[in-house]
Amino acid sequence: MSAKSSHLQLNHQGQLRHFLSIEGLSRELLTELLDTADSFLEVGERAVKKVPLLRGKTVCNVFFENSTRTRTTFELAAKRLSADVLNLNIATSSTSKGETLYDTLRNLEAMAADMFVVRHGDSGAAHFIAEKVCPEVAIINAGDGNHAHPTQAMLDMLTIRRHRGSFDNLSVAIVGDILHSRVARSNMQALQTLGCPDIRVIAPRTLLPAGIEQYGVRVFNDLRVGLRDVDVVIMLRLQKERMQSGLLPSEGEFYRLYGLTQETLALAKPDALVMHPGPINRGVEIESAVADGAQSVILNQVTYGIAVRMAVMSMAMAGQNTQRQLNQEGQ
Amino acid sequence: MTELPEIGPLLDNMAGELVAYLARHRREEPIVVGIHTGGVWIAEQLRNRCLPDAPLGTLDIAFYRDDFEQHGLPQRVRASELPFDIDGRHLILVDDVLMTGRTIRAALNELFDYGRPASVTLVTLLDIEARQLPIRADILGASLALPAGHRVKLTGPSPLQLTLNPVD
Repeated sequence: MSAKSSHLQLNHQGQLRHFLSIEGLSRELLTELLDTADSFLEVGERAVKKVPLLRGKTVCNVFFENSTRTRTTFELAAKRLSADVLNLNIATSSTSKGETLYDTLRNLEAMAADMFVVRHGDSGAAHFIAEKVCPEVAIINAGDGNHAHPTQAMLDMLTIRRHRGSFDNLSVAIVGDILHSRVARSNMQALQTLGCPDIRVIAPRTLLPAGIEQYGVRVFNDLRVGLRDVDVVIMLRLQKERMQSGLLPSEGEFYRLYGLTQETLALAKPDALVMHPGPINRGVEIESAVADGAQSVILNQVTYGIAVRMAVMSMAMAGQNTQRQLNQEGQ
Repeated sequence: MTELPEIGPLLDNMAGELVAYLARHRREEPIVVGIHTGGVWIAEQLRNRCLPDAPLGTLDIAFYRDDFEQHGLPQRVRASELPFDIDGRHLILVDDVLMTGRTIRAALNELFDYGRPASVTLVTLLDIEARQLPIRADILGASLALPAGHRVKLTGPSPLQLTLNPVD
């Protein structure tokens, strides 16, 4: 999917026009995105936290799966760019009346929407929309199945860069349910692209996907070995809905083996960052004292998420504008 | 061939005029704000010459440009830095070259998202007589008519130099 997805995400001048996946994007482009997000962070500190870039544009948040944090930060990001925002909770709307994904989106497009922020339970949904349904609308993937969550990955990268300066010489551990995690997949790709030399994944064998080596990571089944001397720990949410599937013995057992506690965190570097995409399950994958501790940057991640989404939205909108001009000149 | 002026003497004159202008209009305790990139260099030079105690802020107007639809964002956007309250303060807005006036329009919009200054004084090194908006500098280094198809660019910060380049 690599060559194809990068082709789909970029316009003919190599600028972002959809943001579907980290896969296939260059280090330069990811760095440009982080630099732009840095500037948007400053906007969030002003008296008036709004810039006029997307004035007159309409952004639709189309969520086929529930989400609070991601949807609200996308909404806030779009509003801070002065766009008009529509929130559609499709789980409770027309699809329940039998309308297809295709028809729902075509209708929104007919309302002159300029951007869709899409969350969907099926892997590849955002790709499908960008390729087959609405290529002229900028499509931003806000999470698709087990596949990708690229804006979460970029806000994680911004968090690491702001606290550590760069990715050179860093050891980063991703801990938990890697198998079902779109966050883990996008983070591994982003860290690899940005040149992080030591990416570790720590998980029980039952929660590791096949072919994980392709991401250039080192795999550990023992948390106490894997955490040794790392600079950053990214915890994943244990998806309790997976508990029934027999992949895990029990919550208590998982916490004992893979929970981040003050004791296990002490194995990492003394100033190691603690990150989590949220929502956190206290006492399931992370101890409260760690989540609220001095090394935790979990709430900074939320703040950075707004700036990253502003950067993604403005870059994709610019890329679509340019492509439209190129198409007009070509005619 | 258009003769490009020496920057040092221009800055000396501008500093003198600026001090007189501020005194005449009773604009006390001003804040200097430079527009990235060249405007920041000129702002630093002016501040060194005549307002050593004034706070210095920087603006990157990328998020306020009126050509986002046509040109998108520039490759590199820097964060604006105005780490002080501008409400009720006298601002000295500094840019290198006043061309169409659109940059200044964007900068004014951005400034007013930080607060409500008491006044804004516009200072530019050059005016190349290509204005498209009713915006003029209060303090101007020099006015310059460029040959068709050329633009002037400030390089720096040390040394500060003006060059004349054909528009590609």
